[in-house]
Amino acid sequence: MSAQGREMRAGTAVSPGATFIEFENASITYGRGARAVQALAPTSLRIAEGDFVALVGPSGCGKSTILKMVGELLKPSTGHVFVSGREIGAKPIRIGMAYQNPTLLPWLNIRDNVMLPLKIVPPFRQEFRSKRKGEFRDRVDAMLTQVGLAGFGEKYPFQLSGGMMQRANLCRALIHEPDLLLLDEPFGALDQFTREELWAIMQDLWLSKKLTVLLVTHDLREAAYLANRICVMSSRPGRILDDQIVELSRPRNIDMTFQPDFVALNQRLRALIVGARGGTGIVNHAPGTA
Amino acid sequence: MERIVEIIREKGASTALIIGFFVFWELFCLMGNISDILLPRPTQIIAALIKFWPAIWPHTYQTLYTTLVGFSIGVAIGLALGVLIGSSKLAYDTAYPLLVGFSSIPKVAVVPIFVLWYGAGTVPAILTAMIICIFPIVVNVATGIATVEPELEDVMKTLKASKLDILWNVSLPRSMPYFFAALKVAITLAFVGSVVAETVASNRGIGNMMMIASSSFNVPLVFAGLFVLAGLGVALYVLFSLIEYRVTGWAHRKTDLAAS
Repeated sequence: MSAQGREMRAGTAVSPGATFIEFENASITYGRGARAVQALAPTSLRIAEGDFVALVGPSGCGKSTILKMVGELLKPSTGHVFVSGREIGAKPIRIGMAYQNPTLLPWLNIRDNVMLPLKIVPPFRQEFRSKRKGEFRDRVDAMLTQVGLAGFGEKYPFQLSGGMMQRANLCRALIHEPDLLLLDEPFGALDQFTREELWAIMQDLWLSKKLTVLLVTHDLREAAYLANRICVMSSRPGRILDDQIVELSRPRNIDMTFQPDFVALNQRLRALIVGARGGTGIVNHAPGTA
Repeated sequence: MERIVEIIREKGASTALIIGFFVFWELFCLMGNISDILLPRPTQIIAALIKFWPAIWPHTYQTLYTTLVGFSIGVAIGLALGVLIGSSKLAYDTAYPLLVGFSSIPKVAVVPIFVLWYGAGTVPAILTAMIICIFPIVVNVATGIATVEPELEDVMKTLKASKLDILWNVSLPRSMPYFFAALKVAITLAFVGSVVAETVASNRGIGNMMMIASSSFNVPLVFAGLFVLAGLGVALYVLFSLIEYRVTGWAHRKTDLAAS
């Protein structure tokens, strides 16, 4: 295997601010022995506190794997992952997570769905019984208003459209005031216009809360619109090919996505991903090369 | 208004079918001149039901009692096993083959063993009712719990939710529609279990009463026993359907949506 012997070159760029997430030669290998597949090559990566980082790349390149490692859903096969300066599991930080599938609980109304993390995460958990009808309820309603779902607290998920469910999903990921937000293609299943609307909402939420966000997406415009920094990944085994700061002013809006510098950024990212896909695509389809 | 007409038409058809069935039965016996020793007419059965009611009632009570006790214990065990098997892959792989083995034994065949252990009477009936309704509940609850969306589990895990948190807030409510579907199957099966046990070894219960009635050729009373069993079964089925609708209405949202 050529990728294993090679030393990691990319992924050393650091965004300004104190380091919040650090990957130290972390890799992931699924399976054992002859059938082992390396999903993520040893990767080093630093993400600053309060940063908004997007991970883009071809399907199956290990973007979601990185997200899951940060969320402590996967342990690195080699190397280390540190969050908040220490190895995962050492110090409790609050994490919010949202997937493309909204996974709202169908038996709870929207308010109770959004309230779910408060029932589980300390210190809210201890006060849940006493505050669920008062302070927590107001907080959920304020949050719903912020994403344009005012008055929908009593509705059930099946009464909402896909875009509305995804808004509620974002609220659920943020209601417990997380230090870190993990987003895995949260807007992937939505139509163009709803998606753009949610980009604006997401940006507002991030600007108002100043939390660290890690976004996995296929959509290059989405990455360039939302993120401070974009990491482009290669096909399996995933490596960080390119790591760049997005130098666009905030708050960004849809008009900016048609400006030359935005388009140029998009084209550059696109070329990188086409290159990453093309290279391994041919190798994968040619017999006898493995 | 249109909706009311619709309901009347729907319910009307099934009511007419039920009434028609008994009318046909009555006429069939009368026209064919069939002896009531072979097949009594519905009116004769109702008459027997009224005439022998003081004698039937204690047996009804006994059967209802053994069935419900056996059913309750069976549900408790089934729910516990289902949660265990559904939430752990290891438990699933380990216990499932044994469970399938147990469930494929005809339950009638274990009644003599229960009689051997506990003597004839109430206990074998309770145990038979219990054992017959465990399996459908285990399978359904385990399915409901094992099919929680992996994304939802990830979300819960990143919130540092404990296994108990996930079970209580997600897996259990999610498996409720499966659980109630199983309850409706189990309650009718529980009657089968208790009546079979009473028929084989008991001196009380509807099953025993029917055995005695048939040996003295009181065929209308045998059929009266059947009517009682059918009535009990339907009543409990309806009861669980109503509870199901209240508890798991969210799973029947399509009908709700159509109504609103």
